[in-house]
Amino acid sequence: MTDAISVARGVSWRVLHTFFTNKAFLLPSVMFPLFFFTAFVGGLSRISQVPGFDFPTGYTAFQFVFVLLQSAAFAGVFTGFGIARDFETGFMRRLMLAAPNRSGILLGYVFSALVRWATVAVVVTIVALLAQMKIGGNGVDLFGLYVLALLLNLAGALWAAGVAMRLRSQQAAPVMQMPVFLLLFFAPVYVPLNLLEGWIHGVATVNPITALLEAGRGFISGRPELTLAAFAIAAGLILGFAAWAFRGLRRAEAAG
Amino acid sequence: MTATALVQTAALSKRAVVRTARQPANVVFPLIFPMLLFAVNAGGLKAETQLPGFPTSSFVAFALAVPFVQGALLATINANVEFARDIQTGFLNRLALTPVRGIVLLFGQLGGLVTIAVVQAVFYLAVGLAFGVRLQSGVAGAAMLLLLETCIALAFASLGSWAALRTGSTEAVQGLFPVFFVFLFLSSMNIPRNLIEADWFRWVATVNPVSYLIEAVRALVITGWDWETIGLGFAVAAGLTIAGFALATHALWNRLERT
Repeated sequence: MTDAISVARGVSWRVLHTFFTNKAFLLPSVMFPLFFFTAFVGGLSRISQVPGFDFPTGYTAFQFVFVLLQSAAFAGVFTGFGIARDFETGFMRRLMLAAPNRSGILLGYVFSALVRWATVAVVVTIVALLAQMKIGGNGVDLFGLYVLALLLNLAGALWAAGVAMRLRSQQAAPVMQMPVFLLLFFAPVYVPLNLLEGWIHGVATVNPITALLEAGRGFISGRPELTLAAFAIAAGLILGFAAWAFRGLRRAEAAG
Repeated sequence: MTATALVQTAALSKRAVVRTARQPANVVFPLIFPMLLFAVNAGGLKAETQLPGFPTSSFVAFALAVPFVQGALLATINANVEFARDIQTGFLNRLALTPVRGIVLLFGQLGGLVTIAVVQAVFYLAVGLAFGVRLQSGVAGAAMLLLLETCIALAFASLGSWAALRTGSTEAVQGLFPVFFVFLFLSSMNIPRNLIEADWFRWVATVNPVSYLIEAVRALVITGWDWETIGLGFAVAAGLTIAGFALATHALWNRLERT
């Protein structure tokens, strides 16, 4: 266990050092959620006047939850890109030879994804507050919202790590990114679930991200809903993708 | 342009098309990604049609304009990444040693790219028709739509070619994708400008040329022959093309001088 922690510490330090010192990695991670927040809140706020739109704390808070969850999931996915890059450059092979406990490698990447997302979350939250976002929930509700996002970040990182460990190429980026993009955007992004019609309503109803989004919006509005279901789904995703990622690690080890 | 130059342009255009067609990712991604965004927006924003003053009762028809502009943008990025690769690998330098005139290199590149964009546009139009969209401008409107798409693709292509020639770097051209994406999202792509509530966003969408390109395509789909909107779209596309082409030509001269 001590070996795993020391390996994880080394790996996460390296990833985070690269992230914070290289603008090419830092800026897109921060700018993309901000950009989506700006485009959605600025461009689509009139949607809150659609009959039936009854979100109590306004469209800024409504979209903030989506952007927060999206940034969490994508911070995880971007970490997968880094793993794939390390395979391509040959760094991962050297790392596997040197690490006394290879599970620590995976833990290190996952921990770095958490820190990456925490950085983005701070920036997005500050911008949302500057945009006069109304918050109806109390401290416990907000804690719940951020924990939910953090769990999604973990799930996203484990999913992407599993793909990267199996395909070991940066060309796998769309495989990591596209399913996450689709899951996020086939949820009630722009309007509440009850205002969706047709096929998208059906898809959003069975989409697991919908429960997370609705629970998050419940937290920020101070009217928690689907909380238990959302945390159960998040826990299920983490367990499933943890098994996926660790089996991927074993495959990468076997591949040499 | 002489007959020889035309033949050379056609040959280089054909090469640009074949090179793209041989890479499935460069063909499939520009077809599928705009359709996914179209599906997401058409489904998720349907409630917008209940807003007073919304110009149509079909959000699918309203949203159909976006894939045309987004597709042209994606085609531009992919094709100009290949153009930048030609520069990186020295192909352009070798070509410059042949009797082919410099400007033909540019016309060939742009011609190939526009061909790809028009093929994509036919696909988007077919998808729209399959989902029940009927062009208010009729069959002639479809022809006008493809002409407009050609101009839009030419505008993005000339700007992308400038980036490729100026930098000679595939990464730099790929870096244009987020920039174009920002322009797309900060436009009237999801809501008519007069219905945008935030003043600052309405202002940004108004000064953003992409809004006029989208609105011209949209006019042909949901309004009909709204000449003012259509004319503005063509004017913006022509302006961007002229600016992009002038910059690209200048960058080409500089690059050929260096070689």
